[in-house]
Amino acid sequence: MKGDEVTREQTPAKPRGLRAVGHGIDVARDWWEHAKIWQRYLVYIALVVGALILPAPAIGTFMSPGSDWTTVLVYPIGTYILLAVGLNVVVGQAGLLDLGFVAFFAIGGYSVAYYGTQYGWTYWATVAFGIILAAVSGVILGAPTLRLRGDYLAIVTLGFGEIVRITANNTDEIGGARGITGIPHPPPVFGMKFVLDPAPYYYLIVAAIVLVIIFSVRLQKSRVGRAWAAIREDEDAAELMGVPTFKFKLLAFAIGAMIGGLAGGIYAGKAVFIEPNTFPFILSATILAAVVLGGSGNLPGVILGAFLIGWLPERFREFADFRILVFGGVLVLMMALRPEGLLPSRRRKAELHEGTGGMGTMGAEVPGPDADVSTTEAAK
Amino acid sequence: MLDDFANQFLPSTVGGLVNGSIYALIALGYTMVYGVLRLINFAHSEIFMIGTFASLTVLLAIAPSAPFTGIALVGVLVLLIVVSAVVSGASAVVLEAVAYRPLRKRGATRLAALISAIGASLFLQELFALVVIDWLIDKPGRNQASAPRFVARDTVFEVGNVAVRLDQVIVVVAAVVVMVALDRLVNKTRIGRGIRATAQDPEAAVLMGVSIDNIVRVTFMLGGAMAGVAGALYVMEIENTGYMIGFVLGIKAFTAAVLGGIGNLRGALMGGVVLGLIENWGAIFLGSQWKDVIAFTVLVVVLMFRPTGILGESLQKARA
Amino acid sequence: MSGARLGRVLALAAASSLALAACAGGGGDSGGGDAATVKIGFMGDLTGENSAIVIPPYNGAKMAIDEYNATNPKVKIDLIKYDSQGKSDQATSLITKAIGSDKIVALIGPAFSGESKAIGGTLEESKIPNISPSATNSGLASNGWKYWHRVVANDNDQGPDVADFLVKAKAPKKAFVLSDDQEYSVGLAEAVAKKFTEKGVQVETDKFSKDASDYSSTVTKVKSANPDVIFFGGYYAQGGRLLKQLRDNDVKTLFASGDGSLDAQLVSGAGEQAAEGAVIACPCNIPSAEATGESKKFFDNYKKSAGSDPAIYSTEGYDAATAFIKAVQDGKTTSEDINNFLTSVSFTGISKPIKFKANGEPENNSIFVYQVKGGVLKLLGPSADAKLEG
Repeated sequence: MKGDEVTREQTPAKPRGLRAVGHGIDVARDWWEHAKIWQRYLVYIALVVGALILPAPAIGTFMSPGSDWTTVLVYPIGTYILLAVGLNVVVGQAGLLDLGFVAFFAIGGYSVAYYGTQYGWTYWATVAFGIILAAVSGVILGAPTLRLRGDYLAIVTLGFGEIVRITANNTDEIGGARGITGIPHPPPVFGMKFVLDPAPYYYLIVAAIVLVIIFSVRLQKSRVGRAWAAIREDEDAAELMGVPTFKFKLLAFAIGAMIGGLAGGIYAGKAVFIEPNTFPFILSATILAAVVLGGSGNLPGVILGAFLIGWLPERFREFADFRILVFGGVLVLMMALRPEGLLPSRRRKAELHEGTGGMGTMGAEVPGPDADVSTTEAAK
Repeated sequence: MLDDFANQFLPSTVGGLVNGSIYALIALGYTMVYGVLRLINFAHSEIFMIGTFASLTVLLAIAPSAPFTGIALVGVLVLLIVVSAVVSGASAVVLEAVAYRPLRKRGATRLAALISAIGASLFLQELFALVVIDWLIDKPGRNQASAPRFVARDTVFEVGNVAVRLDQVIVVVAAVVVMVALDRLVNKTRIGRGIRATAQDPEAAVLMGVSIDNIVRVTFMLGGAMAGVAGALYVMEIENTGYMIGFVLGIKAFTAAVLGGIGNLRGALMGGVVLGLIENWGAIFLGSQWKDVIAFTVLVVVLMFRPTGILGESLQKARA
Repeated sequence: MSGARLGRVLALAAASSLALAACAGGGGDSGGGDAATVKIGFMGDLTGENSAIVIPPYNGAKMAIDEYNATNPKVKIDLIKYDSQGKSDQATSLITKAIGSDKIVALIGPAFSGESKAIGGTLEESKIPNISPSATNSGLASNGWKYWHRVVANDNDQGPDVADFLVKAKAPKKAFVLSDDQEYSVGLAEAVAKKFTEKGVQVETDKFSKDASDYSSTVTKVKSANPDVIFFGGYYAQGGRLLKQLRDNDVKTLFASGDGSLDAQLVSGAGEQAAEGAVIACPCNIPSAEATGESKKFFDNYKKSAGSDPAIYSTEGYDAATAFIKAVQDGKTTSEDINNFLTSVSFTGISKPIKFKANGEPENNSIFVYQVKGGVLKLLGPSADAKLEG
């Protein structure tokens, strides 16, 4: 994926510390900005080819000695990437804090499971329906709550995620706590049979990720993307300039939800069995951590973040119990060292330095003698 | 249905008040930190969890063979509350120094601070699951730990036909006393004035000679101490703790804080009690499994009509 | 990077990607390892929240296999553990690895029902015989899986049996059936409630979140219903707290529960006084220090090898491993042969006589009843002829 490309560029710089890494990224970016179209397409092709090579056993023995690498690539890694790209639309592009993103993942998954097992719909129909259902619930959640700001929105979305999980858990019609078993696999595509071998699912998820990335990039460069950036930077100003902020925020919610629903559909097709506990709050937090760790708003960064967060716990399986502990510690450390994320977008970085960018800095942000920022939060 | 409600209303109310008091105490920490830093201190729930473990450790050391009475009871109770408050308060200060101050100095977004908080929360949970519990009760694995009983479950008085027990009275009374003390502290003392000033306008506060770092530290300490008190009362009431208990209570307490109006101390009290009562009343009709759904639904409905909570954000200027 | 060089690199990369991708999924099936050792997996929650229920069967299985290897057999058995933490998604990636690269020929587990549902299909497709020592969900047997077996009675045996037992012992008019919201809990509670209703007992129910710690609303409901017997479907962590809060609120009704609550932590969680007299049913047979014969031998050996008294499902873990050992002793070292052997295996296990039905269920599905006496769980006997004490 895109993240890989940049990592490769930064590898030689690593010993010289984080600043050097930053420099490496800058060089790569400058090259990218001036690259010709054909050069860009070559890089795209190289990335896709790289993604297809990834499941090779030779790579797998290093990447995940404790479990099957291709399976790990589908879940958690691939699924996390898909979810992170979806959440990035909401958090990174529109600047809305969503702590209940897992709800849409659940709605997509349950749609495939329920309509596939109860009504015998074909797989693709259930996925499409799941995406629509997710979008509709995104709008239902968003309509009353998107007028709220920042942290109120955060707690309401968190509540929504929990409401969806608990309701699924207590509704016998969709299996209750028993979940749904015997979810149909996708039908064959291009002669690839989707049974138990994880490889076809991996190709499916790569295809979905590529599609979603293209969609997301096109959006970002369109009028919609510019409106989101305006909302993120200063909602009141955007409103004054004639941007219908509420509509665009709702759109961001719906699009993020659709991508979450898609991820849920693909996951359910592979998993055979889903239950409410597949969709805990901690998954929302994990995906949000992936987005922020990678660099909210910058797709290569977000993908890198999701990859790392999906992969590291699998790689360090031998530490069994202690890996979550270490994971928590690493999150704290990374945020202290690179609060803007591993690969922040330049625009976002600038916004963060100005203290704009939707989420704002902490309230009591007053430069002390050792602070290296010269501005305080202006947009309150 | 209505018959059930009539039968269960009073006992549900008592249970709801007890729960609500604990929600309110935890909610104070969220509200104070939010008031000063505009930050959801997501790791606050673990500060509460640490408080329960502090009390548990003391209780295991005392190892009461029978419930205490009279002066001994008051003494042990005060000891537990003070120890838990100190341990939790200190943990909160350390948490701020490790997980938030570096970010604050670099002008990081609140989003980054939120992730840092989630990381700290995971770290603390696992630390207790893997190391502390093992050390305390000498059992490996993710065990819960039981605390010995030190407050008898005696009936103090009856309302209608409902017996109100000593432990329930202690929870509510202790919570109210502590909250009144905190309210005095914030509204009447010099340091309280500093907190309010910082909440209203950090830049002006600095110009007036307030040390922001000190204020933030004190805020975390006070909020943490409140969570510690909640932890002590929780251990007395439930007589049991585990590494995971912070999560659900934390979310509920945060909901309570938002419900009452985040940043508002009295709002936190009110939000906690309202939440505790509504949950228990709703459970009469729908069943206890819907408690959390009831809580969040009430939150959404209240925010739709009062976007800044029931009492509003009175300790600071309303945000634009 | 010059264009031409990039082109060459790309061509090379594309070619190798195709080659590598081709073998990425296949995995290949180059036989089941060399004949001198065979690998058998154990899968379950070994470090997670409910590991207290899975470590004893693991110890039992390990003990059986160590004993077998100590006899210097022609073919040794290598026991590999897979810690799924009881999570379906972890089980899925572990089992692919276990079959694909570790080449296990048989699996003891998965320990829980959820993970069994998630990977049963994979085991079936890969023809890996598996015996669960502790998954009790009743639906598992109706998937048509030929490689799946278990050595415990299911929830549909346990629920009705314990209800029958309670009806016989207490002749209740009204029962209150409680559970938390986990899969196992709900299933068991429903089976019990159904049987009560059939027997003409009036049933009321309530359910609470597994993460809740205050059960005041549930206790209030129970108290206002004033039942003759309370059944709780769920695990010991919630069961202990619930029992304590019931007793604190002066609910003195007989409290009964199922295998998930059969743990000393139920007593420590509720307090000795509150737990006294509680009845717990389990499809498991746990030998105590006073046991005799084979059970006594098991008790002593287990204590030596595991360093603790036998606990829940330790004998079942031992028996599941023994079934595979018998197959290997009989010269069956491939998955297919072992599975065929299991259809006819019949021996006297420690927990019960071991013999499988065609659908993988055990022939013998007895339920045992335990009661808390003086702070300890005491075996009263099989549910059909056990008598309540006190």
